[in-house]
Amino acid sequence: MIFTLVFLKMEKKHMFLNSKRQLLKTAALTSLAAAAALLAGCGKKPEAPAAAASAPVAAASAPAPAKPAPLKIAFAYVGPVGDGGWTFAHDNARKAVEKEFGDRVVTSFVEKVPEAADAERVFRDMASQGNTLIFGTTFGYMEPMLKVAADLKDVKFEQATGYKQAPNMRTYDSRTYEGAYMAGVIAGAMTKSNTLGVVGSIPIPEVIRNINSFTMGAQSVNPKIKTKVVWINEWFNPPKETEAAQSLLNAGADVLFQNTDSSAVLQTAEKAGKYAFGWDSDMTAYAPKAHLGSAIINWAPYYISATRDVLDGKWTGGTGSWLGHKDGAIDMVSIADFVPAETKAKIDTIKAGLKDGSFSIWKGPILGQNGKEVLKKDEIADDKFLGGVKFYVKGVEGKVPGDDKK
Amino acid sequence: MFKLEPRPEASKAMSFLSPLLALAITVILGTALFMLLGKDPVRGLQMFFVEPLKSAYSLSELAMKATPLLLIGLGLAVCFRSNVWNIGAEGQFILGAIAAGGVAMLADKETGRWIVLLVLVAGVMGGMLWAALVAWLRDRFNASEILVSLMLVYVAEMVLSYLVYGPWKDPAGFNFPQSISFLDVTKIPKLIIGSRVNVGVFIALAAVAVFWIFLFRSYAGFQLQVGGLAPAAARYAGFSSRKALWTALLISGGMAGLAGALEVAGPLGQLTPHVPAGYGFAAIIVAFVGRLHPVGIVFSAVLMSMFYIGGELAQSRLGLPKSLTGVFQGLLLFSLLACDTLVHYRVRWQSSKLKATPAAISASNTSTAESTA
Amino acid sequence: MEPFALLLAATLNAGTVLAFASLGLLINERSGIVNLGAEGMMLVAAVAGFAVAVHSGNDWLGFAAGAVAGALLAAVFGLLVIWLNTNQYATGLALSLFGAGFSAFVGIGYTQQKLLERPRFAVPWLSDLPFVGTALFKQHPMVYIAMLLTAGLAWFLYRSRAGLVLRAVGESPESAHALGYPVRRIRLAAVMVGGALCGVSGAYISVVYTPLWVEGMIAGKGWIALALTTFATWRPARVLLGAYLFGGVTMLQFHLQGEGVDVPSQFLTMLPYLATIVVLVLISRNAAFIRVNMPASIGKPFFPGG
Repeated sequence: MIFTLVFLKMEKKHMFLNSKRQLLKTAALTSLAAAAALLAGCGKKPEAPAAAASAPVAAASAPAPAKPAPLKIAFAYVGPVGDGGWTFAHDNARKAVEKEFGDRVVTSFVEKVPEAADAERVFRDMASQGNTLIFGTTFGYMEPMLKVAADLKDVKFEQATGYKQAPNMRTYDSRTYEGAYMAGVIAGAMTKSNTLGVVGSIPIPEVIRNINSFTMGAQSVNPKIKTKVVWINEWFNPPKETEAAQSLLNAGADVLFQNTDSSAVLQTAEKAGKYAFGWDSDMTAYAPKAHLGSAIINWAPYYISATRDVLDGKWTGGTGSWLGHKDGAIDMVSIADFVPAETKAKIDTIKAGLKDGSFSIWKGPILGQNGKEVLKKDEIADDKFLGGVKFYVKGVEGKVPGDDKK
Repeated sequence: MFKLEPRPEASKAMSFLSPLLALAITVILGTALFMLLGKDPVRGLQMFFVEPLKSAYSLSELAMKATPLLLIGLGLAVCFRSNVWNIGAEGQFILGAIAAGGVAMLADKETGRWIVLLVLVAGVMGGMLWAALVAWLRDRFNASEILVSLMLVYVAEMVLSYLVYGPWKDPAGFNFPQSISFLDVTKIPKLIIGSRVNVGVFIALAAVAVFWIFLFRSYAGFQLQVGGLAPAAARYAGFSSRKALWTALLISGGMAGLAGALEVAGPLGQLTPHVPAGYGFAAIIVAFVGRLHPVGIVFSAVLMSMFYIGGELAQSRLGLPKSLTGVFQGLLLFSLLACDTLVHYRVRWQSSKLKATPAAISASNTSTAESTA
Repeated sequence: MEPFALLLAATLNAGTVLAFASLGLLINERSGIVNLGAEGMMLVAAVAGFAVAVHSGNDWLGFAAGAVAGALLAAVFGLLVIWLNTNQYATGLALSLFGAGFSAFVGIGYTQQKLLERPRFAVPWLSDLPFVGTALFKQHPMVYIAMLLTAGLAWFLYRSRAGLVLRAVGESPESAHALGYPVRRIRLAAVMVGGALCGVSGAYISVVYTPLWVEGMIAGKGWIALALTTFATWRPARVLLGAYLFGGVTMLQFHLQGEGVDVPSQFLTMLPYLATIVVLVLISRNAAFIRVNMPASIGKPFFPGG
């Protein structure tokens, strides 16, 4: 700043003709340049160990000569880590990885990365920062990730819920429909009005499949139920979720289910003295009187095994994994005490059956809304069939959004 | 106690200095924020102001991000100068993207490169159409353009959603809400291999020149500005306020639509529900910080892009939350508006510490004790 | 009949949110100031109200906190706009953007928090009546307060001296100034009261309507409230009705979805916004009608002493 003042003095002498306006312009620009130089200069110094209060980046300590440099892993999240739902579950898994591997890994994350062109930049930046394993936790990152993977062949990419792979990129997903089915079983047992309500997020196959599985689970204990669906067209919008839940309750539903990410539906149900479920994460604490159980996703087993594969040099791309209860990825937890014992026993049976492969949720005969068979008796749906579910099963009311058939 | 005294004429010095002053204030407040959060403020500021400029790749990303902001900002500058408050540029952006995407999807293997031009023109038309709706409702029914244009943003989002979930959904896309990926022939030509920067940058810079000429050297532009500054005088001079309304809205709608087309046929390459990226709203700040002047808007667009990209970097490198970007942008605009007062007023202290007044010769010690209530 | 009664009840609840904010903006605009920062104020108030309710366990303290937050932000806005004469629209926008970022930032620690179990309300005896009982008498006290506020505001504006002065300031600040009224202070007061009411609305959303905090949860209601004030032509009773109308359309679209109506859900979601435009057009159609009702000095800067 000193030289700015000197500059000023010089200016004053020589440029009084051109008036103070010119002078001040120059002074301001000079100060700004000086400030920029200062900042840039500071940047050349070696990075001070950041006294970060809550930074997820572990301090880059100089490794002991014998140990290899830690594996740098980066995560891109679509929502805020505090959403209590989808992103929260991913972040918990990230923390589990840190806990498991200690100083053999260094993790970092970027939240609220939009599912659009910006994502590409974030991935490239992560790679340029030395991250060699990158997780993209939503479908919309698929295309940007693919582009970056094509350019950066040394970096390994993991993409959630997508379907395109590459030699250095693979996809993973969870069988949320298993959790939905189990929720349905409990719902069918607990409902008195025989009307169930689902607050739907975005009408993609996964969500439609969940609605169907929920309905089928309920029908297995209570064939008389019917399911009403309301779509909010977003993953996360608590006020809208509240309004949607309220309208379902008004229409006579007494047990609610959701594919949206906040606890709004659960809390609305409690206010009205009805029941609902937690989704993605354990939501018992939000509404203990209304909470029947939470269908949770646990990404930790997969994240830990992926990390281990990279550390052991065994990681290969090009595959898609679909993880269910038997992989530890899906569970129905915190089932309420007031749920009847026989229902709880049925859930345990289902879990055991899923674990050893003896039980299949999507096993025929399954009827579509119009009564026609979509799956013959004893026929078990394969992953391809499940991936393309665009129809409602019998018992679900309404039309699938965007379905132009019929 | 300080007092605001109106200047006899607007201070040119302050016109330049006020954005810089506002930036300085934002930086100071930002530093305080970083310290409060326990982060090194110098590193924090580096993320926002130095890192985005460091390499050729980052510069290309900066250009990519600044292009839509620049384009939309130019259009909004014309609008705001005419006292037409188009808050719904985001909706016009979406419609431009939809129109451009629609044309892009018509291409097949035989189509030539010329379709790129058609795609861009479609984008402009789409944005104009959406803005025309606003203009018509204001012209015919007197409905406030602020509110109508804003409501239409939500409507535009739903139209896009309907299209990508329904009629325009990729049949091979596993029922996910997205259109087909556009064929390469429809994509905007890139400038440099290895970076994402495309011809859009040139289009934007050309637009700067065009708009400068329009605003400051053309009769039509003059009419618009007079209409905005002194409507009564404009009426007296026979300038049609209706023409001004339509011109302003169509221009800003067209520019927003063009930005949408570039985004969709450029880095995105398909239509998804995530096309709306908030550029339409950020461009409002860009227009203001750039003093509604084409050249100023170039700088403010770059600055705003630095905030965006810096915000991402601050997250991944320093663990700072994303909401900080929004805080910075808001602070910048606030400080700018406050500092802008200095263009038309000078501040007088009792101790007469002068601020940027060319020769404060007015020796009349007006220490009036008049109440400023 | 029961579903219809429930729909009505939900409408009143949804409308109350908008009513508080719109009434506050009405006071603002009656003094001649347009505050486009409603969304930002509501967001900051929502996080403030939620945080205070979590720590104190008391909802009413939460509402108070929201009001204070709203008033403070409005005061900053007011100082800029009234004393520094910055452009009202731009300043309001800045407030919106700042409020969005600031509330997200401050609220980071609160997204996992929850409030104590929400109490249920019912007016004794009246709530047992068929139909009207469910429709009207099982609401949170704030719903009734909104109605009282509307009546009170109407009385204030049209039957009290202070209200007359406020309207005079809005119609012609120069004349009011000539008569010796402290125009700028009156405007600041109006802006702050308006901000406080927007704040109450924001706190109501995060403490009662959807009892949790998540960034951006106001989701455009601030902008809707602004529109409401205009198409209710600045009269309190019409504002309340407009708020209920809008709340009703919002609930109706979900109701229709639940009934399996064969319209794509996106079009149903558009309904409230299209409805706003339609009503806006209908009201504004008659330019004379608008001019008669709109405070003449809206949006224009005021310079005492010329």
